[in-house]
Amino acid sequence: MAENGQKTGTFRVKSGMAQMLKGGVIMDVVDAEQARVAEEAGAVAVMALERVPADIRAQGGVARMSDPGMISGIQETVSIPVMAKARIGHFVEAQVLQSLEVDYIDESEVLTPADEAYHIDKAAFEVPFVCGATNLGEALRRIGEGAAMIRSKGEAGTGNVVEAVRHMRAITGGIRRLTVMETEELMTESKNIGAPYELVRWVAENGRLPVVLFTAGGIATPADAALMMQLGADGVFVGSGIFKSGDPVARAASIVKATTSYRDPKAVADASRGLGEAMVGREMGDLTEEERLAARGW
Amino acid sequence: MTAREKEPEEGPKKVGILAVQGDVEEHVQILRDLGVEPVEVRAVEDLSGLSGLIVPGGESTAIGNIMVESGLLDGVRSFFYKGGPVWGTCAGMVLAASATNGPRQPMLGLMNALVTRNGFGRQVHSFEQDLEVEGFDEPFTGVFIRSPFFEDVGPGVEVLSTIGEKIVAARGENILVTAFHPELTDDKRFHEYFLREVCDI
Repeated sequence: MAENGQKTGTFRVKSGMAQMLKGGVIMDVVDAEQARVAEEAGAVAVMALERVPADIRAQGGVARMSDPGMISGIQETVSIPVMAKARIGHFVEAQVLQSLEVDYIDESEVLTPADEAYHIDKAAFEVPFVCGATNLGEALRRIGEGAAMIRSKGEAGTGNVVEAVRHMRAITGGIRRLTVMETEELMTESKNIGAPYELVRWVAENGRLPVVLFTAGGIATPADAALMMQLGADGVFVGSGIFKSGDPVARAASIVKATTSYRDPKAVADASRGLGEAMVGREMGDLTEEERLAARGW
Repeated sequence: MTAREKEPEEGPKKVGILAVQGDVEEHVQILRDLGVEPVEVRAVEDLSGLSGLIVPGGESTAIGNIMVESGLLDGVRSFFYKGGPVWGTCAGMVLAASATNGPRQPMLGLMNALVTRNGFGRQVHSFEQDLEVEGFDEPFTGVFIRSPFFEDVGPGVEVLSTIGEKIVAARGENILVTAFHPELTDDKRFHEYFLREVCDI
């Protein structure tokens, strides 16, 4: 608490930030020029990273936090929030990102994990965190550690929406299960899904996560974005899908339009018209176990 | 039922929430609790028959862009200039201003005021603070998230709350703005104030 009576870093301020992003699209960008394109297309935030997931896949090697100089350059270019990724468990990368005053930190499976046992103690930070999840238990474990926003993991850099759909359905289905359980069933469910009991109770009573739920990992087209919104996402992260496509400017704007008007097939059709080539997709069956990023984190 | 009833009641009054992006659902819940019918406004047609309109928090550039394209920027302006009551919170306050000292962006221009976007800094500086508010007996907890403030206001604008020199709540005849988010608290006094004092419900 500062001496002027202002309380910073409260959970309400952290999760409230994500509430302001609802209904919006957050775009991966690798430089200031892409950030400017994203902002003009109507993105509600940008994710600054050195290589988009498709390139991380293609080039291999260890993927780390981005160069602070690049992040600062993006912060100076746009007025919308700037997010950045830290490796799972790499709390010093998170400290560095907090010192740069990024608006949200993504503790992300897209980067190479730094710790194979523990995630970052996110409650200890003033900057809020978003984390990926493949099911309800994983989402609630991250919230238990202090995450103020959850996204489906999907399978980043594939341009294939199938895993995002699987994870979204697993999370929302898990929530629905809790809402019909008797109170005495909740402790066993908490044990089975490996989630904190208090959060399981909260979800059972409220029928939703206590934080905003976005989707990520494989969204490449306006229809993909609208699909994820109809499946219950509060908003959309688009990674490689925009700047790895034939016409990034048009595709960025069209994915925003489809996310806003996701209930209106005509609007989604309009948004999908004449976009040029989507990014080249990958079949899940073609990925080796090591190539599956969603398996990182626990 | 009472002597005040002048015309036959036609159910609860309708109050709109601009629903292109941002924290819409939070306002919907509170309006419902207060006995008015919330209407999510996505197109110009949705504005007809409303007793008031809330422009919620979100990203003002994204909301502004979508409003230009859907015709809602002109639609909301015409709703307002025909006397329709409007309340802008955070991004809604940015859009309501007549001028900004930041980069160019679509604005509604409903209020004689100069706005500074992200006036308190980036997210790490977002905060909660108890505020003295004109007309409120007890302080109100303001939740400020990358919030704007009014640097200056012109004639016709009454300042309701400040932090130092920074204006964080103000009103005109049929408009209310707050830099903070009453919809993120359990305190319904600002919603009640808007319905009672601005919408005349």
